Amino acid sequence: MSNLYRAVGKRRFDSLPYLLIFPTFLFVAVFTAWPTLLAFYQSFFQQRLNIVRFREPTFIGLENYTKLFADDRFLQVLRNTFYYIVGTVPLSILLAFLFALLVNRKIRGVGWARLGFFYPTILPLVSAATIWMFFFTPDYGLLNTALRAIGYTGADNWLGNPNLALISIMIVNVWKNAGFYMIFYLAGLQSLPTDVFEAAAIDGATGWQMLWRIAFPLLRRTTLFVTTIAFIGAFREVDHIFVLTQGGPSRASTVLLYHLWQVRFENQDVGQASAITMVLIVLLLFFTVTNFLLSERGGEADV
Amino acid sequence: MFDVVPSHGRWAKLGDWLATAVTLFIAFLWSIPLLWAVVASIRPENDPLGRGDVWFSFPVTLANYAKAWSLAPFNLYYVNSIVIVLMVLGVQLVTITLAGFAFANYKFWGKRGFFFFILLQLMIPTTALLAPNFSTIRVLGIFDTRLAVAIPFFGSAFGTFLVRQAFLGVPRDLVDAGVIDGCRWWQLLWHVYLPPSVPTLIAFGLSSVSFHWNAFLWPLIITNSDESRPLTAGLVRFTQLGEIGAQWPLLAAATLMVIAPLFVAFLLFQRRFIQSFMHSGLK
Repeated sequence: MSNLYRAVGKRRFDSLPYLLIFPTFLFVAVFTAWPTLLAFYQSFFQQRLNIVRFREPTFIGLENYTKLFADDRFLQVLRNTFYYIVGTVPLSILLAFLFALLVNRKIRGVGWARLGFFYPTILPLVSAATIWMFFFTPDYGLLNTALRAIGYTGADNWLGNPNLALISIMIVNVWKNAGFYMIFYLAGLQSLPTDVFEAAAIDGATGWQMLWRIAFPLLRRTTLFVTTIAFIGAFREVDHIFVLTQGGPSRASTVLLYHLWQVRFENQDVGQASAITMVLIVLLLFFTVTNFLLSERGGEADV
Repeated sequence: MFDVVPSHGRWAKLGDWLATAVTLFIAFLWSIPLLWAVVASIRPENDPLGRGDVWFSFPVTLANYAKAWSLAPFNLYYVNSIVIVLMVLGVQLVTITLAGFAFANYKFWGKRGFFFFILLQLMIPTTALLAPNFSTIRVLGIFDTRLAVAIPFFGSAFGTFLVRQAFLGVPRDLVDAGVIDGCRWWQLLWHVYLPPSVPTLIAFGLSSVSFHWNAFLWPLIITNSDESRPLTAGLVRFTQLGEIGAQWPLLAAATLMVIAPLFVAFLLFQRRFIQSFMHSGLK
């Protein structure tokens, strides 16, 4: 019973709360629930918009899925996605923790240092990628210039080399996100009880021991939270691929969401795209639900 | 954290000094992309970058900005980005306030069920649903409009969740007093619930604005003309123009034009932005 009616002391059906939630309900229904069901439904049909005889959907059961997991290209995409996650998530979290330690001190210039670490967060990923495109440029690009200065003589065409393209994508991702995750560790560090450290110092603990035996374990929840948003972010953040490599060369830097875009909007293959959407939803659900269960925060989502 | 233990002696002092130097050095490395873009964007027009010549070149000029601006309809892109961001924010503030109010203030049949249903949006990010949502936009007949870019985000589970939390923090006595004074529901909302919740709405607003200013993939898919294309999609189009090629000063200028508005706002309100991002786990 609502407060209003509790106060007045009568009880009757009230349509007001339903009207109040209706707009939000409607938009979630149309742009979250419905597309999920639609993708699920369409994943059982063959439909290719750019081929006349396949333009109308035909029921094919699970064939979209069996085809997908028998497709070497898709398996390569899954492998790339796995490398992309393994190559970015632990490294950016470690750097985030390091940065937080470095800037959590009362020293001159620390404000600038924080700004220097954090500012990539605020840039659109495509703009950041446009700048990085120059860093990866063969011959006179900044990265190659720097590497030559320290004696490197290896391959210099970062974006055009199948062995380096995905690594380039990862570098941009780590650079962009480490400072973002840093702010969570910074808040965590500042909320740690200082008396524990004072006691440890009196017992003769070294700074190193305090760091890894006390601080890091106490920040376990922060690490869990940051890990889940990093995982989800790795699935969602593909904008830079459009600028830097277009998924190439020969699919070396194609990850799941970018592949989904290609299948749906370049190949116009609705059936396959729907099956890939379902795979993506299942993977994301796993991480978002974990995140949701682990913390009371909203987690990484669209705003 | 190292501050907890007071430093003693010469070695500790040296250690402190070293840590500071390392901090500033890494922060400098991290800033190079932005610094380079600024420097490159003010190089003279007809002075291409080459080996060992990628930083300053004189005389510095703003000509690259003017040229980039003339090569692509950045004025349209700006208007589109601003309209889209404000449209999303405006509608969201209304929808999340009303829904948050309903969930915080009323008991009604199916409340838990509806709340969970709305939270679905947190579990299945809209980004993953771009293929089926594209079909929906086509059916609605709004393909290639600014409305199409904005509409999937008009309802926000995250915002509803935040507002509900903020409203639940409003003291019960205050609400009851309002009811006894004969407040209608909108008066209760406006005079009792909203005033103490303004910081929450600002925090949400900042992350919403950043998110949609920076969004690229959905606008790329759902727009097809300069009349509806926002800055991010416009920039990528610009980089792919044949006449641009490897004209880095031009690209740097265009990139900075895309970055500038949000970045300046961020510099002015750093603390609020960071708090807002922390709040949400979002950028």
